[in-house]
Amino acid sequence: MRTIRFLLRKEYRQIFRDRVMVAQIFMVPIIQMLVLANAATFSVRSVQLWVVDDDRSSVSRAIVDRLTASGRFVLAGSSASMAEADDALLDRRAGLILHLPARLERELVRTRRGEIQMIFNAEDGAAAGIASAYAQRIVAGYGAELAAELRPAVGAIGAASDAPRAAGGSLDLRLRGWYNPELDYRDFMVPGILVVLVTIVGSMLTAVNIAREKELGTLDQLNVTPVTKTQFIAGKLIPLWSIGLVELGVGLAFAHAVFGVPVRGSLWLVFGAAAMYLVVALGIGLLVSAMVDTQQQAMFVIYFILIVYLLMSGLFTPVRSMPVWAQWVSAFTPVQHFVTVMRSVLLKGGGVGDVWRELLVLAGYGVVVFWVAVRQYRKRVA
Amino acid sequence: MSEPAIVAEGLTRRFGDFVAVDALTFEVARGEVFGFLGANGAGKTTAIRMLTGLLAPSAGHATVAGHDVGRDPEGVRRRIGYMSQRFSLYEDLTVRENVELYGGIYGLSDAEIRDRGGALLESLGLTPWARTLVGAIPLGRKQKLAFSVALIHRPAIVFLDEPTGGVDPITRRQFWEMIYETAARGTTVFVTTHYMDEAEYCDRISIMVDGRMAALGTPAELKRAHGVASVDDVFVRLARAG
Amino acid sequence: MRGGALRAFVVKELQHIVRDRQTLTVLLLMPLVQVLLFGNALRNDVRDIRIAVVDPSPSAVTQRLRDAFVATRRFHIVADARAMDQVEPLFRRGEADVALVIDPAFTEQLGRGEPARVLLVTDASDPNTGSTMEAYALAVLGDYERTLRGGSAPGIAVQTRMRFNPTLESVNLFIPGLIALVLTLVSALMTAISLSREKERGTLEILLVSPLRPWQIIVGKVVPYIALGLANAATTLAVAWVVFHVPFRGSAALLLAESLLYTLASLALGVLIAANASSQRAAMLGALVVTMLPNTLLSGMIFPIASMPAPLRLVTNVVPARWFIVIARGIMLKGVGLEHLWVETLVLVGMTALLLVAAVRRFHARIA
Repeated sequence: MRTIRFLLRKEYRQIFRDRVMVAQIFMVPIIQMLVLANAATFSVRSVQLWVVDDDRSSVSRAIVDRLTASGRFVLAGSSASMAEADDALLDRRAGLILHLPARLERELVRTRRGEIQMIFNAEDGAAAGIASAYAQRIVAGYGAELAAELRPAVGAIGAASDAPRAAGGSLDLRLRGWYNPELDYRDFMVPGILVVLVTIVGSMLTAVNIAREKELGTLDQLNVTPVTKTQFIAGKLIPLWSIGLVELGVGLAFAHAVFGVPVRGSLWLVFGAAAMYLVVALGIGLLVSAMVDTQQQAMFVIYFILIVYLLMSGLFTPVRSMPVWAQWVSAFTPVQHFVTVMRSVLLKGGGVGDVWRELLVLAGYGVVVFWVAVRQYRKRVA
Repeated sequence: MSEPAIVAEGLTRRFGDFVAVDALTFEVARGEVFGFLGANGAGKTTAIRMLTGLLAPSAGHATVAGHDVGRDPEGVRRRIGYMSQRFSLYEDLTVRENVELYGGIYGLSDAEIRDRGGALLESLGLTPWARTLVGAIPLGRKQKLAFSVALIHRPAIVFLDEPTGGVDPITRRQFWEMIYETAARGTTVFVTTHYMDEAEYCDRISIMVDGRMAALGTPAELKRAHGVASVDDVFVRLARAG
Repeated sequence: MRGGALRAFVVKELQHIVRDRQTLTVLLLMPLVQVLLFGNALRNDVRDIRIAVVDPSPSAVTQRLRDAFVATRRFHIVADARAMDQVEPLFRRGEADVALVIDPAFTEQLGRGEPARVLLVTDASDPNTGSTMEAYALAVLGDYERTLRGGSAPGIAVQTRMRFNPTLESVNLFIPGLIALVLTLVSALMTAISLSREKERGTLEILLVSPLRPWQIIVGKVVPYIALGLANAATTLAVAWVVFHVPFRGSAALLLAESLLYTLASLALGVLIAANASSQRAAMLGALVVTMLPNTLLSGMIFPIASMPAPLRLVTNVVPARWFIVIARGIMLKGVGLEHLWVETLVLVGMTALLLVAAVRRFHARIA
């Protein structure tokens, strides 16, 4: 124990003596929160709307008004010709062309049905899909209103047989979005960003830190001393483990205070899960450091692993949208399970009873990764 | 003085097909200053890494301070000090912090660390530098500090891997005085060097050529056997032959 | 100073790259793995929605409503709950995405000709997936309402067309960004690290006292990375094209020219970072913060710039990758030429010129 105490003291001294490092430890979570939470969003805010109105009726104007009133669409321009509109789409002045055909209103009154055309710039397929869903919902809402207005007039024709059923055959539908009724993307992303933070601190710092001792030759020096493998690893990992937890605290406090990100579940559970997950992240860093000789290599290998892990973790896109094989790969990345825990606890107020499976996986992962890493690490080359 | 400090018998290390160290057999007595010479790539560093327990031998065995390097490397490590070719103290820790760290690692009590550390800094004239980062003190002083730190736990044997590389002649002279004092206190000194004048200071020297020990004896014996005037000439002769 | 020395220098630099197996493997493998991941795994489409039904008084009418959901194949019922409070745990454990809560008096309400009450609860913790799932459920409910009324309902039909990417493949969007990322990684990050390593080891001084001129040292340093970067970008494109059939509608020559321009800007950035960094570690971190982070987050590669708040949108303007990605997408997906991309190209030219001048000056001041 005494030896570990000396190793810990050395490690903390080295970390806190490095100004750049200290600045990073405290600034990175805040900067990451500020940039990532605002930038990492798939929410579709404002789509540039280009209108080609061949009808020029109250209906066509109402559709445009409804779209722009929603705040999701901004009128960027209009033209009489589709060619001009297409040009706008090509040089990105427009994201959506709304084509309202002539005789739209007349058709609506006459047949109760009208058809309009929307052309999206679908370079960004996901965003276009969402924008299209918004637009359709708005237009459908307007259509329903219009139908209600038109019903008396139109209903008069076929009233005899239809009227009673038409009046009764409706639903009183209420919609509710739980956990995030404002559809704030930040609430969804912040727990994930915290995971990124903890992962980077855990794996990257560990791997680079040990690779640095290798490069400088101080590792050899330690290896000829009676310091045991366990002492060495404990001396390296405990400081980084504690820093990881502090980072999480700083990041979470910032997100809560500045963005009002909810903390609905137990903080104990959040930090408990993080403590377990950090063991996995540190173990990965340790494994990588055993494979490489220089800091540069450590950086690259970790960077590569992190990219794969983070992309497959469901952080940015839902795991259940992935093809089956990718879902399997994802099940094997520890990141995914931690992301699930964080989102469940922070957003949904989940308790141990809700996330025990994920916790179990994390614990198992921690044991395996750590066991392999400790076995891999040798004081002596065989 | 019963048992020798180091006994190597047929110590061999292979990397694939390449034999880096080939059946090394020698003994080093207690309190001896043993010079370990050889051209770059002759296998010196590999041999030291085996003797300090950093590298497992492929064949043969060696005993260092009574412990077998293959079976009991931890036992070896408790009894030795090591100062490597590359500067191996932490440059981002202060002089005192480095002393404390290594004292603690070798299981010294707080009182021992304080006393020995204080005496050590005093004798090196580093007391005013105690709170300076090691990275900021001149190379010569750093090397002397590294040597003293390697001795803080009073090991039976100290391995010095090119300790005077890049150091000015005056510091080198002082360094060798420290080596003699250490040996006089009964500590065995195992030292590699490229400076042939330093080889002359050793009690005995060995010269490695292509992984084998091509010569072993006192500097005087070797010069006589080869009929030359300096160790330098012995070395050049053997190296060229190999 | 003849071309021979410069060539020898370039050869040396190439040897460095080829010798470091681990780094080279990562460099060559990374774009491939990334294309595969982006193409296969990163999807936003919602295919399988798990629905929990709360139907306290089941009847033939409510059964038809349930059938309407199951019939779409997009929904499958994972749980039947007696009451609302049984739904919440399902959501918390992530076992259900949507809950359909039918009023106990649903059947009677319909029979009496009143609007029948239904509550649709969606797990909106992921806003996009939440909205999409809600939209699908609304469509099912709309159809059900129509069958209740017996006959087609009035309304406005929207015919949508997705230009440039009709199947909404996200991979089409990511590939141009990925090319930018690969080019940055190789040119900015690698250049910064390799230059600062030579600085740290003192080998740069040896080069500086040689008859090589400073600009020649820079050229010798960067030429191999340009080659490596372009080769990497080409592999990325090829994989994207062969495996995912990502379209390439525009001129390859134009894309190559623009890529070269962008590579130059990144290289200049790399030299700038190296000149300012005191150590390898500092250069690495600097390169990560100055290049990789903005290139993935603030370039529009993954996250649309239009969705960012105004201050961040302003910041994106100084990220070269942002402009390059617009250009690459234009060429690949829209098949447009310079007539639509001249603004972006000019911005990129300006940035490159600025960065080059700054890099050469800084290199002179700090190193040479």
